[in-house]
Amino acid sequence: MFEFTTTRHNPGVDPLLHVWGWEIPLYLFVGGVVAGMMVIAGVAMLRTAKGEDTRGFFSIQTPLLAFMLLNLGMLALLLDLAHPLYVWAVYLTFQVASPMSWGSWVLLIVYGILLVSALVRLHEAWPWLGRTFPVVERWSHAITSSPGRMSLLGWLNVLFGVGVGIYTGILLNTMVARPLWNTSVLPVLFLVSGLSAGAAAMHVATRFFGRRPAPQGMIGGFLSAFVQPLGPEPPARSTVDSLIRLDIVLLAIELVLIALLVLGLLTSTASHAEAAKLVLGGPYTTAFWGVIVVAGILVPIALQGLELSHRIPHTVLPALLVLAGGYVLRWVMVNAGQASEVVQAAVRQ
Amino acid sequence: MSNPRFGMVIDTRKCVGCMDCVVACQTENDVPQGFCRDWIATEVRGTFPALTMEIRSERCNHCDNPPCVSCCPTGASHVEEFGRVVHVTANRCIGCKACLAACPYGARYVHPEGYVDKCTFCMHRVKEGKDPACVSVCPTHCMVFGDLDDPKSRVSELLRTRKWHVNLPEAGTRPRVYYLT
Repeated sequence: MFEFTTTRHNPGVDPLLHVWGWEIPLYLFVGGVVAGMMVIAGVAMLRTAKGEDTRGFFSIQTPLLAFMLLNLGMLALLLDLAHPLYVWAVYLTFQVASPMSWGSWVLLIVYGILLVSALVRLHEAWPWLGRTFPVVERWSHAITSSPGRMSLLGWLNVLFGVGVGIYTGILLNTMVARPLWNTSVLPVLFLVSGLSAGAAAMHVATRFFGRRPAPQGMIGGFLSAFVQPLGPEPPARSTVDSLIRLDIVLLAIELVLIALLVLGLLTSTASHAEAAKLVLGGPYTTAFWGVIVVAGILVPIALQGLELSHRIPHTVLPALLVLAGGYVLRWVMVNAGQASEVVQAAVRQ
Repeated sequence: MSNPRFGMVIDTRKCVGCMDCVVACQTENDVPQGFCRDWIATEVRGTFPALTMEIRSERCNHCDNPPCVSCCPTGASHVEEFGRVVHVTANRCIGCKACLAACPYGARYVHPEGYVDKCTFCMHRVKEGKDPACVSVCPTHCMVFGDLDDPKSRVSELLRTRKWHVNLPEAGTRPRVYYLT
């Protein structure tokens, strides 16, 4: 037999670590969505810089939506802090070994990139702002009139988007004390999941803000500026189909990464194998397989496959499912990860 | 004298689990009610009637490779120059709790005032030439505190002459609280 007792009963630590509630999963999810949006917007900017027909590119206007989402994520992060009034302490230093320190500084840069990117379509999206503050209009023109600047901005979006997507996983992945997180598949899984969630969020947003012609007033314009359809025509059918195909590929990669995650844990140390049990028969099994894998990946793949072959009409449902799956992925990983621990190797007799 | 590297050696053959160390720590360090910086862990192994029991007084291990320090975004969690002890600067801590997640020993907690708190090896006492509070009150004298880098210290001598183990060596944190068996 092996019996272990302890007199320790620290709140949040015992019997199982639970210091991060809903805030951190939400922050990681939003971070992933923003990362995905930046990559997709960056690609759209690069294509625009090459002189491609931008008709139907919703994605180029997403920086403002990403900006607002990022604020939501940062608010969640702030609410999680036990000492929120001291949050400025993060920006008094740079701790090279701390992923959270890297993330804090990268997010500042990301804020800047998103705001500059929002200038790209200022003219169509929110002319009210340009009319009121001509200097903003001039900045916008300086970017759009130069393919070089546009493509630089595109690359910045892609690079920092990938960076943020990976960072949300590295934040958890670097902790040896939590075997469920301590696998290098996690950052890649979070990145790919962020890409598909970013695409899905954009898809959903176009349903709400994508009116043609877009409203141009101060408030209506502000809302529509989040996602601004370009030009008076909806995108070509072939563009829509290629986006659906891309999303199916991303979801399929996610499926492979999840399989690798579970396989990697099962075949690693006793602590990792024990952690895998949390989603293999443990308390997080239903959420993991039912919501993340079936509802969040398999069903959207099937629905989008049917949409491609024109058996069912194109709806927003797969996007909503992908978003739900993306959030639950972070929720399960954050909660189950805290419950996973280094187990004592049974070597001492 | 070179800068010491403090550690603790605890004789599990002498420890009776009386919790004097726990109470002494709470009094000395004004630990808030419902929290503890040190605690008693008991392990029973074997098959009845051939059972063995190990009682351990546990606390922060002041690891040589502390994951709680490397993950800290503000540098609040740091290794002190004197004694190479792991400390938290309360007014630099934002309470992000990354260090709680990073510690495989669960040695840290969030103080009700919003910063992360844990064992300090009673550095305020050690600087005055005293032992940490837990060590000083132990009725069985099962705990010894001292410089691990000094070959003449009692801790070094005990580690040379007795069998010992540390907690969760597989985590790779190189803990500095040793248990004699």
